[in-house]
Amino acid sequence: MKVLGIDTSTLMSTCAVLDGDRLIGEYSLSQDMSHSEKLVPMVKEVLDSLKLTINDIDLFSVAKGPGSFTGLRIGIATMKAFAHLTDKPIIGVSTLEALAYNLPYNEIVVPMIDARRERVYTAIFKWEGKSLETIMEPCVLEVDKLLDRLNSNHEKIVVNGDGSVVFKERIKDRLKDKVQFSTIGQNMSRASSICELALLKYERGQVDDFYTLAPDYLLETQAQRELRERGK
Amino acid sequence: MIRGVGMLTLAIETSCDETSCAVIKDGRQVLSNIISSQIDIHKRFGGVVPEIASRKHIESINNILQEALDTAEVGFKDIDLIAVTRGPGLIGALLVGLSTAKALAYGLNIPIVGVNHIEGHVCANFIDHKDLEPPFTCLIVSGGHTYLVQANGYTDYELIGRTRDDAAGEAFDKVARSIGLPYPGGPHIDRLAKIGNMESVAFPRVIIDEHTYDFSFSGLKTAVLNHLNQMKQKNEEIIVEDIAASFQAAVLDVLVDKSFRLAKERKSDKLVVAGGVAANEGLRTMMMERGKKEGIKVYYPSKILCTDNAAMIGAAGYFNYINGNVSDLGMKVMPNLDIK
Ligand SMILES: [Zn+2]
Repeated sequence: MKVLGIDTSTLMSTCAVLDGDRLIGEYSLSQDMSHSEKLVPMVKEVLDSLKLTINDIDLFSVAKGPGSFTGLRIGIATMKAFAHLTDKPIIGVSTLEALAYNLPYNEIVVPMIDARRERVYTAIFKWEGKSLETIMEPCVLEVDKLLDRLNSNHEKIVVNGDGSVVFKERIKDRLKDKVQFSTIGQNMSRASSICELALLKYERGQVDDFYTLAPDYLLETQAQRELRERGK
Repeated sequence: MIRGVGMLTLAIETSCDETSCAVIKDGRQVLSNIISSQIDIHKRFGGVVPEIASRKHIESINNILQEALDTAEVGFKDIDLIAVTRGPGLIGALLVGLSTAKALAYGLNIPIVGVNHIEGHVCANFIDHKDLEPPFTCLIVSGGHTYLVQANGYTDYELIGRTRDDAAGEAFDKVARSIGLPYPGGPHIDRLAKIGNMESVAFPRVIIDEHTYDFSFSGLKTAVLNHLNQMKQKNEEIIVEDIAASFQAAVLDVLVDKSFRLAKERKSDKLVVAGGVAANEGLRTMMMERGKKEGIKVYYPSKILCTDNAAMIGAAGYFNYINGNVSDLGMKVMPNLDIK
């Protein structure tokens, strides 16, 4: 079974192809160019190099958030169109879970994606043997609140994601020797993790529908918030 | 297949608050044109909220796409060309359509054409008027744009005049709000104007006499607001029908006058009206009457093709393709794109 995976939720564009339990291609680029300009050319380059076409793919997997709203929509719109066209299954994978999946067999893994205004998209995961359990569901949190929670509840913590880079000094100051930072290579989203998680979901029958799949933004729009607050 | 004959174009339009997909044959024949409006969602915010528009587009795009194929009774395999709006419009909204379109073009291994939305409005006329061919003079008016162009060819537009401030449609919406009409106000003004007295208030015809083909509507909008304030201060009754009629006449006089002035200067025997405001009954009537008097044939699209829709994007995409304008998978979205 061939799985194509992509993640465009942060500045990194990443695309990978899994053939069963073998990674046969992965391409990641962080450059000052919109995902819209590079994503389809990147998928094409990877598939061309592997002498594959979209029709050879059996499962499409995509990061469904949280992350950049626009980035997520570019990735999801692209993959929904592929799934629609080929009538093959599509699976949306949590961006945070995929980040945690980069760091297997650590005790507590805390991915962080910068959500601006001193906030991060985050979740707390714990490795139980070979599986990744969710301790805290994905959410938006002020960095300080997250650090408070980690400080009082956990000991061996590994962090990754662009949020862990942006707030590195503060994390070090607060969590001291409880925390370790990810290596550079595992710090950013990797499409191979998206593919692998999608494959696990597929085996459990957790397939999405290309008609309805949409990003998990975790944040309502400003207009919706204002309307709700006025209504109170 | 011979290039351009019996050609099926799948078109996608997501530049604002309409999600639309269409299948067009040979640039002028509509096999399907599915338009899903988000207007009811944006109404409560008093205008289009960009982030909400983008969120709605990604939720509905594949449904609209399938409906367009089903209605046209074709499958993806029958499609020869992808056309998609690349601008102007809301960047996040445009990107949903563009991403879908690029994936389809790559997956189907067929060419893709990025279409200028404003050009799309002009091309709506090629669908409704099979005999219409360039050259012609064209007035494009909508909530976002007011342009006077000379179309020298199917894809060759010469920009002659534009608004210096508000678009005509924007002025309609703002004045409508000031007299208590719901968003979008244009159609309500048009309806009330039919029964109101257009001579009740002499609103200014801004820069109508100046030797320019540019427009300006913000002064007119201010004049209406000032008039309403004065009436309120004097405790005089405001007859909204009369305000609507007088305001609409002031806008239309300028639009019609400049359009015909340009048509005559360029010796055009055809004047084409396009864009959302081309659905305005007052504008249509005034254009037709003036056209008869001047011996210039006036064209405007059916009402459904005046709104934002993918069929017009498909028509524009087709004419661009047969004229050799093809895009690539790396094409950029252009939220501030102008007509050439
Ligand atoms: Zn428009």
